[in-house]
Amino acid sequence: MFRNDKSMAAAPLILGLESSCDDTAAAVLRGRAVLSSVVMGQNALHEAFGGVVPEIAARAHAERLDLCAEQALDEAGVTLAQVDAIAVTAGPGLIGGVLSGVMTAKGLATALNVPLIGVNHLAGHALTPRLTDGLAFPYLMLLVSGGHCQFLVVRGPQDFTRLGGTIDDAPGEAFDKTARILGLPQPGGPSVEAEAAMGDETRFRLPRPLLDREGCDLSFSGLKTAILRQRDSLVEAQGGLHAQDRADLCAGFQAAVRDVLVEKTRRAIAAYLSETPAEPAFAIAGGVAANQTLRAALEALCADAGLRFTAPPLGLCTDNAAMIAWAGSELLALGVTHDMTLQARPRWPLDRDAAPLVGHGKKGAKA
Amino acid sequence: MSAQSLILTGPDHTCHLAERLAPCLAPGDVLLLSGGIGAGKTHFARCLIRALQTVPEDVPSPTFTLVQEYDTRAGSVWHADLYRLGSADEIIELGLAEAFETAICLVEWPDRLGNLAPPDALHLHFTPLEEETRRLDLSWTGTRWDSLVPGLAA
Repeated sequence: MFRNDKSMAAAPLILGLESSCDDTAAAVLRGRAVLSSVVMGQNALHEAFGGVVPEIAARAHAERLDLCAEQALDEAGVTLAQVDAIAVTAGPGLIGGVLSGVMTAKGLATALNVPLIGVNHLAGHALTPRLTDGLAFPYLMLLVSGGHCQFLVVRGPQDFTRLGGTIDDAPGEAFDKTARILGLPQPGGPSVEAEAAMGDETRFRLPRPLLDREGCDLSFSGLKTAILRQRDSLVEAQGGLHAQDRADLCAGFQAAVRDVLVEKTRRAIAAYLSETPAEPAFAIAGGVAANQTLRAALEALCADAGLRFTAPPLGLCTDNAAMIAWAGSELLALGVTHDMTLQARPRWPLDRDAAPLVGHGKKGAKA
Repeated sequence: MSAQSLILTGPDHTCHLAERLAPCLAPGDVLLLSGGIGAGKTHFARCLIRALQTVPEDVPSPTFTLVQEYDTRAGSVWHADLYRLGSADEIIELGLAEAFETAICLVEWPDRLGNLAPPDALHLHFTPLEEETRRLDLSWTGTRWDSLVPGLAA
């Protein structure tokens, strides 16, 4: 989009690598221009299992990383020699994947003699609204990704305050497990949403966990238990589950998730606005933003509260390397780079950027 | 094979049991947590890990990441969810087989382990009864758990 903008020509050309989850990805960025973004996933395999199939072997990631990087450079129309810096996800995530990404990035940075930047995968998600919508700090973020779900005030590329988060399952996990319980295909997000569209959300009144508790913490674990119980009692009463039962259960479940998210977001917005941000904005990143019911409810809430609502396109909300390259460029602009001691960190909370505890990053895939 | 059953009256009871078991554990101990979705496996694991943490820290569900590792006062604790695993080879790739020797391991969906399940592990099987009540069936071989488990029920 800014590809031919001369002011961008001075911005460094960044190659981003991401392999912390099931997918492997590479992207090339200059400034806010995404020159290419390649994701190699395993979607064909997903439906055979509950949720995504994890790619554990580090070597599988490593092999795909090379391919991804090559393809990303090709699509961007640049050569490896032109790259100014390498950004890589250094955690949190699947151990084998993170390790192989960090190793690959170290190799490339050394060979090219360019800076290496280790990026927190969650920071990549949290900073994406600046890439896509140019949001100013501080903004409020509902980050829903993989097993994570948290409200963050994003103050800077390394400055995050968590207002609250899920104390057990993330919404994505609740959708996956609801799908599992009801015999719907994985991943659960789209399949439960499609069923819910045909259902009556008022037929089954499911719990709204933690609504009565103060603060922004969320809980979704009890919902799957409630769905399970409702399913079992239906099966017992009528010998099976009718299509309409399933649709109504999905609708009731989705309504419960919506109500909880809306109320907790309302509280997070109040806390955020008490800081009187200059340009109040709310961003939602993650699969939840792809759910039209949830998204519409949050959009209306923001309109009421006078916040700009943004939701980066799904391709930049699911795991991708453009966000890693972008976060890398933000860090590079601050002068943050890493040396060969950069470690893979399976766990790496955003709001407590403490040194990794001894032993982290040393275990895991030995491939 | 020794066995014992308990009735857990609700989530707080489950948590209490986990907190009582926690200080008895040492690296090399493996707990295999089985039972269906919503039976209370993760809840039990979360309470146990929290009881061992010196600094309170998030204990997210390991469903997406497969393994969450914690440094605790009792040593390294691995919390694994094997539901998404395809083959036993991946147990080794994950480093879990090694962790069985060096860490305290809490393993959900342990049927995926096949013959990699440590013979001296403590099995905990959760069965939902009604509402919040669960039956917990503990079983084990070897002497490690002989004195520990009966004390838990008291």
